[in-house]
Amino acid sequence: MEPFEKVHGVVAPLDLPNVDTDQIIPKQFLKRIERTGFGRFLFYDWRFLDGKTLNPEFEMNQERYRGAGILVTRANFGCGSSREHAPWSLLDYGFRCIIAPSFADIFFNNCFKNGLLPVRLSEEQVEAIFQGVRKTAGFQMTVDLQKQQIKADGGMSYGFRVDPFRRRCLLNGWDDIGLTLRHEDLISQFESRSAPPLSPTSA
Amino acid sequence: MKPQTLFDKIWTAHLVREEPGQPSLIYIDRHLVHEVTSPQAFEGLRLAGRPVRRPDLTFATMDHNIPTTDRQLPIRDPIAARQVRTLEDNCRDFEIPLFDLNSPYQGIVHVIGPELGLTLPGLTLVCGDSHTSTHGAFGALAFGIGTSEVEHVLATQCLLQDKPRTLLIQVEGLRPYGVAAKDIILSIIGRIGTSGGAGSVIEYAGQTIRDLTMEERMTVCNMSIEGGARAGMIAPDDKTFTYLRGRRYAPADFEEAVAGWKKLTSDPGAEFDGAIHIEAADLSPQVTWGTNPGQVAPIDSRVPDPAEFDDPNARKSAERALEYMALKPGTPLVDIAVDRVFIGSCTNSRLEDLRSAARLVKGKRVSSQVQAMVVPGSQQVKWQAEKEGLHHLFRESGFDWRESGCSMCLGMNPDILSPGQRCVSTSNRNFEGRQGKGGRTHLVSPVMAAAAAIEGRLVDVRQYDLEATASSKPS
Repeated sequence: MEPFEKVHGVVAPLDLPNVDTDQIIPKQFLKRIERTGFGRFLFYDWRFLDGKTLNPEFEMNQERYRGAGILVTRANFGCGSSREHAPWSLLDYGFRCIIAPSFADIFFNNCFKNGLLPVRLSEEQVEAIFQGVRKTAGFQMTVDLQKQQIKADGGMSYGFRVDPFRRRCLLNGWDDIGLTLRHEDLISQFESRSAPPLSPTSA
Repeated sequence: MKPQTLFDKIWTAHLVREEPGQPSLIYIDRHLVHEVTSPQAFEGLRLAGRPVRRPDLTFATMDHNIPTTDRQLPIRDPIAARQVRTLEDNCRDFEIPLFDLNSPYQGIVHVIGPELGLTLPGLTLVCGDSHTSTHGAFGALAFGIGTSEVEHVLATQCLLQDKPRTLLIQVEGLRPYGVAAKDIILSIIGRIGTSGGAGSVIEYAGQTIRDLTMEERMTVCNMSIEGGARAGMIAPDDKTFTYLRGRRYAPADFEEAVAGWKKLTSDPGAEFDGAIHIEAADLSPQVTWGTNPGQVAPIDSRVPDPAEFDDPNARKSAERALEYMALKPGTPLVDIAVDRVFIGSCTNSRLEDLRSAARLVKGKRVSSQVQAMVVPGSQQVKWQAEKEGLHHLFRESGFDWRESGCSMCLGMNPDILSPGQRCVSTSNRNFEGRQGKGGRTHLVSPVMAAAAAIEGRLVDVRQYDLEATASSKPS
């Protein structure tokens, strides 16, 4: 995983609560066996009218949000299916950071495994960012994971908190599996003291 | 010793490593794998040159993208076919048992786990699918994970997890007539909302829950994720043990196992981080009117008016949902006409679900306006249903009778809605486009779906004689 220190970029808005992973990446694209190339399918049914033409009604499609690296959205983002294709598509589209009042658990976990930073801010702070984004075309922001601080156009500045372990993993680009395998002896010990019915018996 | 919850007991028994300020490393006893969320995980193992640590604790099947029509024919969608082939290759290369399309044990991963006795009390069980919470019905700690975590479990048989909070949901009293397990869980989600369980493992308890059959308990636990919870669980009891006895992968020394499982209850006085009490008498048959499972109402009510929601987020959500669903506030829910009916999914595709629906449709005809299908959850469910002649009842009524799989719950296979079609469905998600772009989904219980198929509109099932489908009948 690529280390994450900070991201600076244009902020795009998605002004809806409870955005589920079916909307982030619809099911017809989950049949692919690759990990890459999902960006063009992001928010597919909302972004496109017929699969090709951009939907002018979908706010994120406006020219002013082109090349956005940060997404600001509402509560319970990423609910529903566990599909990791959701963070893959957000990352592949160009987002490195998602800001919302809250996230669904599995999606939140999946983000960290892929170097996508989900930042929780209060409803009021998120609302202020939405207002900034709408007021100023090309509204930009820096999200600094090292300092756990957001600085945005217009002098806006917010602190945020990321779980220390996850923060360290992101900053260093550490791979969870590698970390866990350092404790292989403990796993083996657990296995040797664990009695049946741990092992399934087949008739 | 401090009284422990059921969750605490299983969590503690699976701790491999604990360190302050870090997530705990917990051992995983069963890992279920399917074709959609695993290819990238296996690819990751190959790239790093890592083996699967415990192929003997890993079991695979294909369920999400497969057609439910003739199994003898090849899969026509080349991308779906490649994904299925990839799972076959991966299982062969990494020596993982696979219940493939020709297996008599193939089916929806959450239907076959319990059916095969892979799901057992006290175990930790994961799968790259959010509805893994289903298995908690057996007193297991079971939850859905992403593909990176699938790879992590394949490589280490462990997971890094922050300890979740615990939420006790107690349902007490006799279930009213016409109220199915689905109505219990839909009511709960309606009450706590789609994120009310976030960060928590729910334990369902109380007389109403204890009175449920194992299949009904699975329906309740299945939709825990729709309330935002990590997992749902129910303490095992004699019903659990009876269900598991003689299953293919059940423990060889079953009595000894049962003796251990009997300790898997929350101790009196155990503390939960939150608690909710529900009186069964307040429950009624439910139907969703919106585009998330929390947007739900009793069948004898009306489409709500978004203006009456106090919370601005809920109001905005409701406005958007009604527009998508093409519904007007104030419309009686029973006036809503339907085009399609789907009976299936990991929520409601088990034998009892099919029996209750078949009893209702027996001798009646599906409305000429409606296209209706039944997709059994597994080959075993299909086989048993056919042995009981249920497929005849469905077919004579005008239902399609299909092969097992996830099918139109998520429409990854050819079973999808056309834009604008309205479907009454026993599945678990009514998200926009879930069953097909522009499709509109109303979630209900199997009997409610069967009744809607017959009448061509949403129906209050309490007007039917449901025989043994409920615990009490009106006088």
